[in-house]
Amino acid sequence: MTTKTHKEHLDLAAIRARLAEGNGQTFWRSLEELAGTKDFQEFLHREFPQGASEWEDGVSRRNFLKLMGASLALAGLNACTRQPAEKIVPYNVPPPIEEVVPGRPLFFATAMPLGGFATGLLVESHLGRPTKVEGNPNHSASLGGTDIFAQAAILTLYDPDRSTGTTTAVEANWKAFLTAVNPQIAAQRATQGAGLRILTETVTSPTLAKQIEQLLTTFPQAKWVQYEPVNRDAVRAGAEMVFGQAVATHYQLAEADVILSLDADFLVSGPGNVRYARDFANRRRVREEAKEMNRLYVVENTPSLTGGAADHRLPLRASQIESFARALAKALGIPDETNPPLTPEVTKWLNAVANDLKNHEGKSLIIAGEYQSPAVHALAHLLNQKLGNIGKTVVYTAPIEAKATNQSKDLRDLSNEMASGKVEALFILGGNPAFDAPTDLKFTQALPSVPFSVHLSLYRNETSELCKWTLPEAHFLEAWGDARAYDGTASIIQPLIAPLHAGKTAHEVLALLLGRSDQTSYDVVREYWQNNLTGNFEAAWQKALQDGFFEGTKAEEKGFAAQIKSVPASPSINAGAGNLEVAFRPDPTIWDGRFANNGWLQELPKPLTKLTWDNAVLVSPATAERFKLQRGTVVDLSYLGKTVSGPVWIMPGHAEDCVTLCLGYGRTKAGSVGSNLGFNPYTLRTADAPWIGLGLDLVKTNQDFQLVTTQEHRNMEGRNHVRVGSLAEFIKDPESTKHSEHSGGAEGEGHGNLSLYERFPYEEQKYAWGMTIDLNSCIGCNACTIACQAENNISIVGKAQVANGREMHWIRIDTYYEGGLDNPNTYQQPVACMHCELAPCETVCPVEATVHDDAGLNQMIYNRCVGTRYCSNNCPYKVRRFNFLQFADETTPSLKLARNPNVTVRTRGIMEKCTYCVQRINAARIEAKKQGRDLQDGEIVTACEAVCPTQAIVFGNINDPKSRVAKLKAEPHNYGLLEEINVVPRTSYLARLKNLNPALAPEEKAPEHGEHG
Amino acid sequence: MQIFRPRANTVFKVSAFGVLYVVALLVWSLAILDRSNYTRRVNEPIAQPIPYSHELHAGSLGMDCRYCHTAVEDSAFANVPPLETCMACHNEVKANSLLIQPLKEAAQTGKAFEWTRVHDLPDFVYFNHSIHVNKGVGCSTCHGPIDKMPTVWRVKDLTMGWCLDCHRAPENYLRPREEVFNMEWQPPAEQVALGRQLMQKYNVPSGRLVLTHCNICHR
Repeated sequence: MTTKTHKEHLDLAAIRARLAEGNGQTFWRSLEELAGTKDFQEFLHREFPQGASEWEDGVSRRNFLKLMGASLALAGLNACTRQPAEKIVPYNVPPPIEEVVPGRPLFFATAMPLGGFATGLLVESHLGRPTKVEGNPNHSASLGGTDIFAQAAILTLYDPDRSTGTTTAVEANWKAFLTAVNPQIAAQRATQGAGLRILTETVTSPTLAKQIEQLLTTFPQAKWVQYEPVNRDAVRAGAEMVFGQAVATHYQLAEADVILSLDADFLVSGPGNVRYARDFANRRRVREEAKEMNRLYVVENTPSLTGGAADHRLPLRASQIESFARALAKALGIPDETNPPLTPEVTKWLNAVANDLKNHEGKSLIIAGEYQSPAVHALAHLLNQKLGNIGKTVVYTAPIEAKATNQSKDLRDLSNEMASGKVEALFILGGNPAFDAPTDLKFTQALPSVPFSVHLSLYRNETSELCKWTLPEAHFLEAWGDARAYDGTASIIQPLIAPLHAGKTAHEVLALLLGRSDQTSYDVVREYWQNNLTGNFEAAWQKALQDGFFEGTKAEEKGFAAQIKSVPASPSINAGAGNLEVAFRPDPTIWDGRFANNGWLQELPKPLTKLTWDNAVLVSPATAERFKLQRGTVVDLSYLGKTVSGPVWIMPGHAEDCVTLCLGYGRTKAGSVGSNLGFNPYTLRTADAPWIGLGLDLVKTNQDFQLVTTQEHRNMEGRNHVRVGSLAEFIKDPESTKHSEHSGGAEGEGHGNLSLYERFPYEEQKYAWGMTIDLNSCIGCNACTIACQAENNISIVGKAQVANGREMHWIRIDTYYEGGLDNPNTYQQPVACMHCELAPCETVCPVEATVHDDAGLNQMIYNRCVGTRYCSNNCPYKVRRFNFLQFADETTPSLKLARNPNVTVRTRGIMEKCTYCVQRINAARIEAKKQGRDLQDGEIVTACEAVCPTQAIVFGNINDPKSRVAKLKAEPHNYGLLEEINVVPRTSYLARLKNLNPALAPEEKAPEHGEHG
Repeated sequence: MQIFRPRANTVFKVSAFGVLYVVALLVWSLAILDRSNYTRRVNEPIAQPIPYSHELHAGSLGMDCRYCHTAVEDSAFANVPPLETCMACHNEVKANSLLIQPLKEAAQTGKAFEWTRVHDLPDFVYFNHSIHVNKGVGCSTCHGPIDKMPTVWRVKDLTMGWCLDCHRAPENYLRPREEVFNMEWQPPAEQVALGRQLMQKYNVPSGRLVLTHCNICHR
């Protein structure tokens, strides 16, 4: 734990007063910016803060010069040594696939399960080595996009910490396990499996479900328990409340005109989020020819990206959202016994939403969040029925899970059985329950007493430590399997590489228990589908392997009749003695803790807070004022007899009197990257109140903790970089975003072609590469940042270096706030190299290591760069990244496999930045030239464009008037970032538009904007 | 007392210039050494684990380059054939020759067989065989008379300047596509005219404009 000695205090009251005066700037990025603290000023005026350029390894300047001299001399000598010999190792027998051509990648369809639900993927393979994940355009849950977790899967696959020893040792371990497990199986057979328990995560896999079913037939007394900390118990319970049975709910966002989210972060988390984001964004692509968009209302406790994408957002404590839902139900004619108290402002907001929903019957949609109570889900079902949305925007099917169970209850029963000694053999297939089980179940305490316990796991983690046996698990990129997507589509998981650490799958362990230890997971999966597909199996199987899923396995739409007319009051939950509320959330980047050892995800700035490498206690500015808290103040949180300490983060827009804790941190056995980071909120979490807890007590300590955020890095000096308008204004005047008060008064006019330098005739070239980013579609999900990291071999630097402003991401997401502290509007803006036609970086490079090509690419030539950093200094967008130290790990063998062979791995002292994925441009250009044709629009897809779930990023040839990018650049709300300084950026943005409800539009704006449509 | 006599001035001047001269000489000779055929291993046959002879296979037996280097027209990498390709003939031909025993053993046991790379570019250079072959750059233009080499050596120094010679003026080197794999082909007297004509025919951009951009090879 690093403690910062000097720290400036924020005066929140003063900030509030300044914002209220209204003569300050419109947009702000952080509280520190508003307060103008010294730290912030430093980041502003020096791109890299004091000390970032110095070598701080305790080496004096004198020694440094000595070393420099020596290394210079060596570097000189190095030039005349001869190149070391390199080996070429051909195949002995080429793989049976004809398409394997050394130097050309292949793509295989597979799927990534998370929380049980699959997202279809296409994985790039270079001679049998997976290097990059793309979405599967034909898969219903992906449509070509993916989330951050799928992108980072490559790093987990090659994580050196997964190894538990040599392959020989692992195989010996497996043999020993076989010897040990057979008597256990025999003993269980004698008692019909009375002491046998299987604990898995959520299972949607048809094959795994079938195996478990067979197991439970063979051992009738055995039990199967599913548990994962981020489960859908409330969703299931809500459906059971209304329909008397578990029902899966899917949303057709394409059909919805008005959407209300009740604490649901449906754009970035939960089953089907990638697909939902696409459908949502498709209804927000406002063009001059199509001036229509949906309207999103979000009521939420913790500011989320979905809240940021909303047209109207209302912060409300998590526990009050049920009250809101009940009041809304009442307003729309659903009887409700409870009379929830709501403030007049909330009631006004609610009535406006209710009217809007009523006016859009059959075209509206209410989505309840997974972290809300069953009653909220039940109310959402009733409301959607009342509004006639069923079969239109809401589709019901049978549950997608193989068996929808009450996971918390089942785990409680299991824990009790373990404690009482009833469990003789426990097989934990995946998951990490010793770390993430609710604290009141005492699962962790009971686990060591189980006589024969087995943990199948990717890592040797907290649970493995307490089990008698650990079996290394095969990663999903190494294993055969299947899983269902959010809509039921059975997706196939096929391996891209043989298990690196001799890992096994759950299929193989279950086959062993069933007496079929000879079966591989391929045999098991194939056998299942052989028995369950009709017609020519071989053809269907081959087609499924190619498509990535089995056609026609989507769950059938079904009607379910509501069995209740109103929702009874929720049972009261056990409250602590304090006066705050606590909301638990999965962490936005490391989820429930399973990705803790993934450096890409750890260093990925978390949405909105831009925190890296840590979690924090999120509180609202008002609560911070009340408790006199500053950023980084360590607080003790006590709840139901348990205490945890963590640093505070003041979160604008957070609901008052509530703290949010992100799960997944505080791991002790995560591996060399993820252990001992942050604090562990699981220690407060109980089975009864998994998401919302009442009566938390907060005590301020006098300690400080350094939280590292990138929000203040690379700031562009208070200019207004996001342009925002309202749909109504846009309809009246499409040019409105150009001269609204939001445009920073720049009027969007450059200075023509004024330049001291001779201008290259780019418009006469065949190709001129350019990009547009639609801020109205962008939800800020970070997928582009991590896709870019995987594609371009970008290093991670660690927490201490991020604190110095040395993070290396080529594309960053800037978050801007607008308005007051308590409920600001939030805007997201991805920023990468703009490839300026008159690039300021190029004119200052003394060695011409950055120069232009004829298609307008601002090229960065690593082998010429001598590291002066003048270019970065002169870049108005602050998009250049410098390798201050040797960040790229060039020694760990498994990490070498993860690299993209078509991109140079940079060493210390080299500048780097976005290249518009020049390796992809070159590959496409060479193919086209070989075929003697011109490049087509859409043939070159940059990594960020490919991954974008909302297709907000479009890349192409701006000299071709028919290309998508040229058409977008002709839109009236297209603008260039800082275009007034006449650098002629090739990347431009489409302004963000808000579809405001006239009844809720800010009053002071009313006369200026006139009536809203 | 005078420590430095007047002639010390001369000594100082000479040695000051002398140091400069020595440093300049050192830098210059390093630069020369770096580009020398010795450092670049030009004309130095590279030993391989078995004495495979291009002279025999490509020369005397007249096998086409693409019999083994199958990917040269499609991929960046010209590929070295899988051992299966070798054994297709050598299971019958010279099957018992001691010279091919290591190869045979690897093919039978599945052990890796390591050839030593002859034409090795730095890792920040991305050369693509397929585009060159498709635009009329012959094998022998860069690799020399491979069909006369019992053990392969470099005939060119593979410096960036050498690459640029052609990228700046492809007309000096291009040949008709159908002659690319012809090891005997010699540039005609009117090569520049032919080259210009081929550049037009194969849509090769004029070198100065496009082919010398850094990103063509570096990324």
